[in-house]
Amino acid sequence: MFDFLTPSMVDLLIAATQATLYMVFVAALIGTVIGLPLGVFLATSRSGELFAAPWLNQALGLVVNAARSTPFIILVVAIIPFTRLIAGTSIGTEAAIVPLTVAAAPFIARLIEAAVREVDQGLVEAARAMGASPLQIVRKVLLPEALPAITLALTLAVVSLIGYSAMVGAVGGGGLGDLGIRFGYQRFMPEVMAAVVVVLILLVQAVQSTGDLLARRLDKRNRRT
Amino acid sequence: MTDPVIRFAHVEKIFPARRGTPEVAALRDVDLAVPEGAVLGVIGRSGAGKSTLIRLVNGLETPTGGRIFVDGTEVTALDEGGLRRARRSIGMIFQHFNLLARRTAFENVALPLEIAGVPGREIRARVEPLLDLVGLADKRDRYPAELSGGQKQRVGIARALATRPRVLLSDEATSALDPETTDQILALLRKVNAELNLTVLLITHEMGVIKAVADRVAVLEGGRIVEEGPTFALFARPQHPTTRAFVSAVTGSALPPYVAARLKPEAGPGAQALVRIVFTGANATEPVLSRIGRLLRVEVNIIQAQVDEIAGTPFGVIVVGVPGTPATVTALLAALASLHLSAEVLGYV
Repeated sequence: MFDFLTPSMVDLLIAATQATLYMVFVAALIGTVIGLPLGVFLATSRSGELFAAPWLNQALGLVVNAARSTPFIILVVAIIPFTRLIAGTSIGTEAAIVPLTVAAAPFIARLIEAAVREVDQGLVEAARAMGASPLQIVRKVLLPEALPAITLALTLAVVSLIGYSAMVGAVGGGGLGDLGIRFGYQRFMPEVMAAVVVVLILLVQAVQSTGDLLARRLDKRNRRT
Repeated sequence: MTDPVIRFAHVEKIFPARRGTPEVAALRDVDLAVPEGAVLGVIGRSGAGKSTLIRLVNGLETPTGGRIFVDGTEVTALDEGGLRRARRSIGMIFQHFNLLARRTAFENVALPLEIAGVPGREIRARVEPLLDLVGLADKRDRYPAELSGGQKQRVGIARALATRPRVLLSDEATSALDPETTDQILALLRKVNAELNLTVLLITHEMGVIKAVADRVAVLEGGRIVEEGPTFALFARPQHPTTRAFVSAVTGSALPPYVAARLKPEAGPGAQALVRIVFTGANATEPVLSRIGRLLRVEVNIIQAQVDEIAGTPFGVIVVGVPGTPATVTALLAALASLHLSAEVLGYV
């Protein structure tokens, strides 16, 4: 039953997996670089908070919501001119990173916001009482204390990106989704489709387990004496 | 007499009206002074304005009127940067400890030093003795989740002392602890107060805390200070009804319910007069009762008695029953007055 796994097909699978991983991790990385500060700002800029700027908070919240409510496949098509501007082309793995990042950043921002809001306000008050500046409070209190939750948030973001990356396959983005569609669907090779799904499941499992383990290690709240 | 280290001058704090809630005056015309090296306890029921009061000292809240001075600096006149520097010489401990869960005991104590920009080597040299001082040298690498409530508050105290402040603010620091642990933490506060000549402002709703550590007491009610004075004087002669209520809760001057229920203001035939006698200082240890019994030739019936120590001075409250005839009562009060004891007829049963 594995005779569809010819050496050339195995090579294709490996190459597609690599492309997927490349897209996902670059998008997650850039998405985090944008989403982390954005999320921290969203979590600390309502009135009375560290960086109180309620109007900017509302405005950024609206932008984030708009980006989050656009279906990914529509986003991919809608921002093709922007993709061309950044990547020089709208087709291929490199180009696929652009819409993946655009989708990931606001998603990560919202997840980070939730993680940072979970930090006990008493800690912020204690830090203020020590004479900490708002930036010191973010660096020394909010981010370190939220780190386990942030780890889980980024894990969720990567898992979601793996799903999204399969969709960019539909518009010539390369990777596992692309392989599954072209071989499994268009060339009537359901075994390839199945193999692609199995690889995706394994990837998601690996990412989730690693994230869970890391978050548990970082969390010092459930230690036994 | 040196200037007080903390001084409130006509301080007022009004929280503006918000959707659905009218404006709230948390503090009105508060004047308060904490002398250097003293422990001043502010007691009040919840909602009396205690938390607001203590947060004004380090600028976590800003007053809507009046001025606050700490160590000669008017904190109410400082800008954000000046306030941050001033906060480094004001330590604070909290009811729920507010320790960082992902930092060990050592790292928690180091945090204020990191914030103040103290170099790493010096941080080490300063944190270790502090952990020793609070008795946690063996827990330096433990995380808060591995510590008991009392140990967490010890870390909190060490952390508050890390920047060598002259002032310590204690925000209900023992309210989340059991009685035994509370005593240990209060003893530690007393120790740091004495050893470091630290000026302490603490807020609490428990008179037991005041009794154990405070040199002076301020009673806060509805945003106003209704009574203020040395702890012992306030316990011995409480003036305001709120103060009386707080005091009677810990000095045993509240009558047992079955007695209180039968108490009448007028003497009936064969009634006993109940007299409360307050012993203070040296005479708390004298055999006053047997002397009175012999002097007046009456049977003295002890209804309730408690001898305690407040601010290091013996303090006793005894409620006695004597035959309720006017002659006996007058003679008893005269005898007590001649012994310099304050006495009060509570009623007749």
